Amino acid sequence: MMIGEQIATSFIASAGFAILFNVPAKNILYCGVAGMISWMTYRFLLEGGVDPIAATLVASFVVSALSQIFARSFKTPVIVFLISGIVPLVPGGVAYDAMRNVVQHQYDVAVQLAFQAFMLSGSIAFGIMFSEVFNQVIRKLRAP
Amino acid sequence: MGTSIQEHPEERRNLEPSTYSERLIAKVCMLAGKIMMENGAETYRVEDTMTRIADSFGMPRSQSFVTPTGIIFSMEGIAPDTRLTRISARSTDLRKVTEVNAISRRISAGELAPEKALELLHEVESSRASIAPWLRTVAAALSSGCFLIMYQGQWGDFIPALVTGGLGYLAVTTLDRIFSVKLFAEFMASVVVGILACLFVATGLGRELNTLIVGSVMPLVPGVLITNAVRDLMAGHYVSGLSKGAEAFLTALAIGTGIAVVLSFYKGEGLGL
Repeated sequence: MMIGEQIATSFIASAGFAILFNVPAKNILYCGVAGMISWMTYRFLLEGGVDPIAATLVASFVVSALSQIFARSFKTPVIVFLISGIVPLVPGGVAYDAMRNVVQHQYDVAVQLAFQAFMLSGSIAFGIMFSEVFNQVIRKLRAP
Repeated sequence: MGTSIQEHPEERRNLEPSTYSERLIAKVCMLAGKIMMENGAETYRVEDTMTRIADSFGMPRSQSFVTPTGIIFSMEGIAPDTRLTRISARSTDLRKVTEVNAISRRISAGELAPEKALELLHEVESSRASIAPWLRTVAAALSSGCFLIMYQGQWGDFIPALVTGGLGYLAVTTLDRIFSVKLFAEFMASVVVGILACLFVATGLGRELNTLIVGSVMPLVPGVLITNAVRDLMAGHYVSGLSKGAEAFLTALAIGTGIAVVLSFYKGEGLGL
């Protein structure tokens, strides 16, 4: 893995998504940072031999926590950062492979891949959820 | 307490009288909610913002029920009032969501009177997108190219991905305006992406069909819907969460079908039909 290349492309891709969603100009760079961190977390875990589903879970937890920090510091809704941060984790490649196998009448492979895509999306959801619950617990402990 | 106002008329007099006209307050809340919902905010956040605005204008007992297709808002007071707004078109403009959020913060801080707030909200509603369409197409193109590299594609495919992704995004925005059926526009856009990618590979300008298609299709992925569906489900808004989830699923299906249609004609060796 070429680290510099991956850092640059994930930053630009996420910042590009922020532009598509009309994020206010001053926040676009932070959206890029969120996407970059989520993708690099995912890639490093994969390189370390972690299962893609667990890697997605951890990456979405990290990016969700980061978005909450950004949101609080800039007094901006969380989704502004979260959406750009989550997009790199969306299992587009797996879903595409599933579809390709359907077209080639290899339904056994297609179902396996579709399930994998489903599990990956589920782990994104759970990553966001864990982070949100974590955040609420911290807030409760701070302000009893 | 559990006692309703209807049973104890004397309780009404105990309510802190609002200094502002209720009608105006309801208008401000409705407009704020409508702008947020139309531009991609999470449902629970819209409800929260609406009741907060009502609160800070001295109407503490308001209820809002928000779904992706409509908002019901009611206030109890001297003259109980319930309003309904239909939301027919949804798009994603996070700048508007951010601006309404800032206005709501100023209202909570007591800096804005309802008249001024309404005026500001109208300004936000009628404002045009701050980012020009061509710039968005460029952004989509760049994202596609970068996703290709992230998915271990070759740099030789970078330019084809730029072109395919940019044109795919242009197709979805243009077709959406023409047909006004979002799913069909997404389907056609992914057909465009598929055909272009196959042409690039068939002519030898592109090398790997699979990574090229996956990278170029990324700007069409319903990222906002997926994220918001999850957050709404977590907040207990099952109606909104499920309907947004369904929308995201259908979008993904439309994209996948569009690609599948092209792939079923293209076998990888030249343009053999």
